[in-house]
Amino acid sequence: MTRVPLERKVLNENDRLAADLRQGFQRYGTRCVNLISSPGSGKTMLLERTLASFEPGRRVAVLTGDIQTDNDAQRLARYGFPVRQITTGGACHLDARMVTNALAEWQPDSIDLLLIENVGNLVCPSSYDLGEEARVVLLSVTEGEDKPLKYPATFNRADLVVLNKVDLLPYVPFRMELAREYIRRVQPDAEIVEVSCTTGAGLDIWLRWIDAKVGAC
Amino acid sequence: MHEMSIAGSMLEAVRAESARHNAHVLALGVKIGDLSGVDSESLRFCFDALVQDTDLAPLALQIEHLPWRNRCRQCAQDFAVQEYRTECPQCGSADTAMASGQELEFAYMEIAET
Repeated sequence: MTRVPLERKVLNENDRLAADLRQGFQRYGTRCVNLISSPGSGKTMLLERTLASFEPGRRVAVLTGDIQTDNDAQRLARYGFPVRQITTGGACHLDARMVTNALAEWQPDSIDLLLIENVGNLVCPSSYDLGEEARVVLLSVTEGEDKPLKYPATFNRADLVVLNKVDLLPYVPFRMELAREYIRRVQPDAEIVEVSCTTGAGLDIWLRWIDAKVGAC
Repeated sequence: MHEMSIAGSMLEAVRAESARHNAHVLALGVKIGDLSGVDSESLRFCFDALVQDTDLAPLALQIEHLPWRNRCRQCAQDFAVQEYRTECPQCGSADTAMASGQELEFAYMEIAET
């Protein structure tokens, strides 16, 4: 029996495709953001509020992933920006190949900001690089403040954590300071923003964060 | 549950290596970090299910777990993170960053002599 060393990542192929995507984004000046959360945290609503706030000429596009249905794409298409649904047909995450294929019909130099809504799942999307410049993880106050400790692999890779549905704080036993403490433990470098997509509270901070990513346009 | 697709990626690598050496692969060694997002038991279940009754059998999956370790940005101490305690045990600083634990890597294959 011979032992052959193999020093490479298991998701080598995904990482290679993600590196190609990242290179393309850099060449054409596209800023890509990957949004991850459990189902029902408000990713689509946050995107709706975000798109609604943009000037019509803004060069924004959205990819939205779901296991089934194009409901989210229909919701997001109302704002007049290009939207494409990726239906994974069972897969619990988006991977770099799905993103590559979904982008194929768009002109690569026509997008300044690409927002990717991942499949609602706090586990699997964390392993798949999509070539994004920033990863945003949403956590809503109805979910419990210990999610960062339960899903450290996901929160550990977050550049920004959006704490959503803060309008519901009076009705749920969610301790905001504890949530912030848990996020800091698994990812000390993450920025944190509190928002309510229902009342609009905090959305200005989120939009400023996006603007800082994209630059004025 | 993305362990099935990860197990599938692993078996593609095994087939490629088997063809390259023109020999049966007996074992695959992988390194899995505690923060890789992959559950070892689930991965093993999927791996065995995909191998069973195929020409890849017998094929063992040997998993090395890598713990979550941080490094202190103040005093450079490298330490295992336990119970989510990410502050430096040496100098007490909260300014620490991950040093390992996200790995999802192949380590080796054991190939039958031909």
